[in-house]
Parts: sequence; structure tokens; C-alpha cells
Amino acid sequence: MIPRIYIPADSGALALGAEKVARAIEKELKERGVEAKIVRNGSRGAYFLEPMVEVATDKGRVAYGPVKPSDVKSLFDSGFLTGGHHKRWLGAPDKIPFFAKQTRLTFARCGINDPLSLDAYKSLGGLRGLQNAVAMAPADVVSQVTESGLRGRGGAGFPTGIKWKTVLDTAGAQKYIVCNADEGDSATFADRMIMEGDPFVLIEGMAIAGIATGATKGFVYIRSEYPHAVATMNKAVAIARKAGVLGLNVLGSPNAFDMEIRVGAGAYVCGEETSLLNSLEGKRGVVRAKPPLPAIQGLFGKPTVINNVISLASVPIIMDKGATYYKDFGMGRSRGTIPIQIAGNVKHGGLFETAFGLTLGEIVDDIGGGTASGRPVKAVQVGGPLGAYFPRALFDTPFDYEEFAKRDGLIGHAGITVFDDTADMLKQARFAMEFCAVESCGKCTPCRIGSTRGVEVLDRLAAGIEAEKNLALVTDLCNTMKFGSLCALGGFTPYPVMSSITHFPEDFKPAPARVAAE
Amino acid sequence: MTMQAASTEIASRTAAIIDEMKGLEGPLLPILHSLQEEFGYLPKDSLPVIADGLNLSRAEVHGVVSFYHDFRAKPAGRHVLKLCQAEACQSMGSDAVAAKVKQLLGIDFHETTRDGSVTLEPVYCLGLCACSPSAMLDGEVIGRLDDEKIEEIVAEVRS
Repeated sequence: MIPRIYIPADSGALALGAEKVARAIEKELKERGVEAKIVRNGSRGAYFLEPMVEVATDKGRVAYGPVKPSDVKSLFDSGFLTGGHHKRWLGAPDKIPFFAKQTRLTFARCGINDPLSLDAYKSLGGLRGLQNAVAMAPADVVSQVTESGLRGRGGAGFPTGIKWKTVLDTAGAQKYIVCNADEGDSATFADRMIMEGDPFVLIEGMAIAGIATGATKGFVYIRSEYPHAVATMNKAVAIARKAGVLGLNVLGSPNAFDMEIRVGAGAYVCGEETSLLNSLEGKRGVVRAKPPLPAIQGLFGKPTVINNVISLASVPIIMDKGATYYKDFGMGRSRGTIPIQIAGNVKHGGLFETAFGLTLGEIVDDIGGGTASGRPVKAVQVGGPLGAYFPRALFDTPFDYEEFAKRDGLIGHAGITVFDDTADMLKQARFAMEFCAVESCGKCTPCRIGSTRGVEVLDRLAAGIEAEKNLALVTDLCNTMKFGSLCALGGFTPYPVMSSITHFPEDFKPAPARVAAE
Repeated sequence: MTMQAASTEIASRTAAIIDEMKGLEGPLLPILHSLQEEFGYLPKDSLPVIADGLNLSRAEVHGVVSFYHDFRAKPAGRHVLKLCQAEACQSMGSDAVAAKVKQLLGIDFHETTRDGSVTLEPVYCLGLCACSPSAMLDGEVIGRLDDEKIEEIVAEVRS
């Protein structure tokens, strides 16, 4: 048997030098005259171990990481092709605690094989969900998804099945499935990882959505900051088309479904669904007022399902193993699993898929291992730039849509940024306002003007000018933005701002007092 | 004369791209991306050609072009260095990274060095949030930036 070596080509792994490692391994193989097959897989998501190289042995896979190009010679000397011991030896990947503690449903295959091998995809259960779906009545597919309790993983948490039902029930000569892959929130990379590591699961999910709602055309709108994901998705769509997964007869059925990959152009607000639709239509990415809902008048005015990547990528397993299987994971009204992305100043950063219900403290301290800097955790921002900053005092909050809402936060797309005690929360609050000002689409006044005024008020606070008055002013402004904005950009920017003020009041004290306190 | 020749050539290359792509549903963004790939920026002279080709007003085309951060009105430097400045990178000191890069290159964000070697831009998230602070150099991703990597990058773009 020719040994197989797996070296991730996921952009996170590439950013940490996976390409140099691959070249060093190729060179070493050549010099030693050893024959081996190099497979470029996706990432399993433990970025603290990337580049994580794996070899297939008689006893299964053995992982090594984080591998540096300078480790390669000694890896060969230690007999790593047969799983030999080395200082980078990690053992069987499934046994590594970071992976062993996870429940991988959506990411079950991510990082295991060559993402563009349809055979490898099928060998690990791929396409079974779509096969089941083509044999069912559309309404039954929709009810399975509704039954599973799957909610929008993009952040809004709206029940996916209900959205699909509206599209199914709306008459239209042409309907669309639009996948929102404009993953702009800092701390989130789940969409990127799955598109780079298991693209067929997204294609399968979109095809199921098409069959369930009568839509024959899909678009994936990927942000331009993700060139690797764009390239992988384009290749995967071509392969799927050739294999009859997409086309006039999906898996040989009478159902037609095809899709195109589209690229954004660097506008954060295009992650908002109606502005994304405008962008796809070739317009300015300006938010639309709702109603009409996109499900009734979406892309080009046609009934449209618009879902996040992870929502769509979670559908195949639901259609494969059944709604009950999926629903049995989770807590309360948050069913199934959620890929939590642990990021920022954290020791064990990466993607951790688990059932809803872990507490924030378990995620940050136990799984994340605390800060990378070794200093105490000061704040954790949950849900990206529009998410609240949580202090340690709220670490008992369970990861659940409703529990986070109760504490004036949101789980959003499930990204978590850890900050150590050097963070200045006034600066973070100001950044939130500044970001909103730069990225506002300009349609509604509270967001467009409120964010600019917010920056100015926070600057006055930082300068120690009329602290009490300005604190009251920014609170009032946040209230206006929260209730008066058309979409989540202006509406949720108050979350990071107000949570900083509420939980870290010491950072908002006038400058002289701040100096004295230090 | 040369100016005119250049603008005629831009118009004809633009028209060719429009012809190729105008059958797409919602063709404007894909066309703008292709043009920027072709020219390195969106030449002013191509905008009226797009308006004609897609039956839009020039104002509409200008409105779309100016809305998106990605589209350039003039060519970038030979290299484009994007530094992530979003929260996850902030938590790992992206402010200091940006300050150091700016100082070494002698330019601020959205500027190009005088010798045209590099354009420096902020970016709000590259999805490399578990290996912050991160950057992208001509489409290549770089994580866990430290002084050594910054110096390497600066040396590369200068060479």
C-alpha cells in the first residue's frame, strides 16, 4: 500500500504555513526515494494544531501538528509514514480531546478527505439526504426540516422550515435558492471552512432546498475576502454538474436544479439578506424594507429561500438521518448542533461543533483553554461585530438563542472573540460605532447618522468631556438605533456599545479618574 | 492622441467582456469584477460602455461602483497588502501590527508607496480569526503575524 499523507489546503492552515510544509514533504519524499500520495484535505478546525498533517496507517489515521517545515526531516526519521513517535505526534485525530468532545453533524466530513472528491463524499454518507429528498413530496421534505427544529444559523435564528414553507406555498414560474456566504462577522469562519473543506454538503443542501420549494436555480453569494472558498465552490459545482447531482435531472429524478457562484465586493452590509439580494441583482447593496418578505418577493422579485451556509449544509444530515435524530441534540428551542468558532486571544482556537447548551465559561475556559497571552480573560464578544461583550460574571450563560437574548446578547453566527485584560472597552465600543458608520448602506437615518454621532460622543467621553451627559446621550442614541434602524447593522450596533458600558463601566470613567485608578 | 487610443482600447476590451457576460442573471457585479481583473482597476472610460451595454444610466453604474469597497478608481501598487483590523485580530494586537507596517512602508491605509511597489489596505475579516492577527498579500493568506513575519512581508513587497 502506498502511504497517504494528508496536508490541509484550508486557508487557515495555509495562513499557518501548510504550503511550505507540503513542499518540504514532497522534497523529502523525492530525496529519500519514497513513494507516497499527498492528499490536500480541508481543515478539521483545530487551528492551534494547524498545519496538522495526517498519515493513513494500518491502524487508522495518525496526526502530527503543528508541523513546521523544519520538522519534516525528523518526521521522516521517526517513521511518521507508519505512525512513528515524534514530538509533534498527536495520535488518532478522533481521540484528540478537542475533537473527541465534539458532536459533528454538519461538519462530519470536513477536513477528512479531498474536498473535491465526490467519491470520498459519498463514501462518508454524502448524497443520502438528497436521494431521500428526490423520492419524497416537496411538502414532506419541508415538514422534515420544520420538524428538525433547524433555525437560521446566520444569526437571526428564524425557523428554516417555515421559511421554506412560505416559498413552497407561493406560486411563481421561477423561484430561487440563495445561499448567504457573505460571512463578514469577525470571529466567524464556519462558512469558509465548510466551503473549502466539504463543498458538496452545501451543494446537496441547496439542491434539497430547491426540490422542497420548487426552485430550480441557486446562487451562492461568497464574499470576495474568501478567494479559496470561491475557487473550491466553483470546482465543486462543475463536478456536481458533471455527475448529475445538479442539472435538469437531479440524481436522475425529474427535478431540475442548478447553481452559480457569485462573488461580493467588500461590503459588510451585504450579509444582510435583502441587501445581498440587491447586490446579486447588480444594484447597490442597500437594505430593502420588509415586507415584502424575500420568501414572497425576493431575488428579481421572485419567491426566494435565502439561508446561511450552515443552515443549508445542515439539511443533508436531517434528510439522511431524520428530523428526530437532529432534534434530539440541543436544549429549549435551540435544536441540533452549532459550530462554535472560538477566536481571538485564545489558546485553543478553532471550530467546535456541539449541541446547544454549553455555557460560555465552558467554551472559553475548558475548550478554549483561556487566553493565548496567558493573561486573565476580560471580555468575550459573542456574535461578531454586532454582538454583545460578556464579562466573566455572565460565563454561566448557556449557548442558546433565547438564553443569550435574555442577557441582552445574541449568538449570531456563533463566533466568539476572547479579549484579555489589556482590552479597553471604550475603544471597542467606539470601534463598533465606527464600523457601523463605514459599512452603513445609508438607507435609514438611525444607522447612517447615528453611528457617526456615536463615534463623536464616545470620543468626547474618552476625552473626559461631560461624562455623565455624554453617557446618557450615547445610551439614548443606542435606543434610537436599536428600535429605529431598518436592519441588524444599525439595530444591533448598540449591543457591543451598551454591553461595554453596562459591564465595564470603569472603562468609561473620565480620563483623569481612569489614570488615577491604574 | 495616445490618450484617445487608450480610451478606445479600454472601450473595446470592456465591450468584449460585457458581451461575454451579459447573458447572466444580474450581470453587473460579475462584469465589474472581470473588468477590474482585466485592467487592475475600473477605468472611467469603461463605465459609459457598461451603461450602454446593460441599458442602465451612467448614474446607476456609478452608484454601484462607488458603493463597494473592492472597486478601484485607479491602479493599485504591484503588491496589495491587506491587514485585518477586525475584532478577533484587535484582540491579538492588530493595531500594533498596522502601526509597524505603516511605519516600515512609510504610508497609511488606502495609500500606495511612491515607487508603486505596494498598496496598503485594511480589511474587516479574512476568516482567519483563530490565527490572528492576519493579513493577505496578493491573495496569499498569512496568520499569526509577528515582527519577523512583518519584516519578511515588507522585504518581499519592496524587492
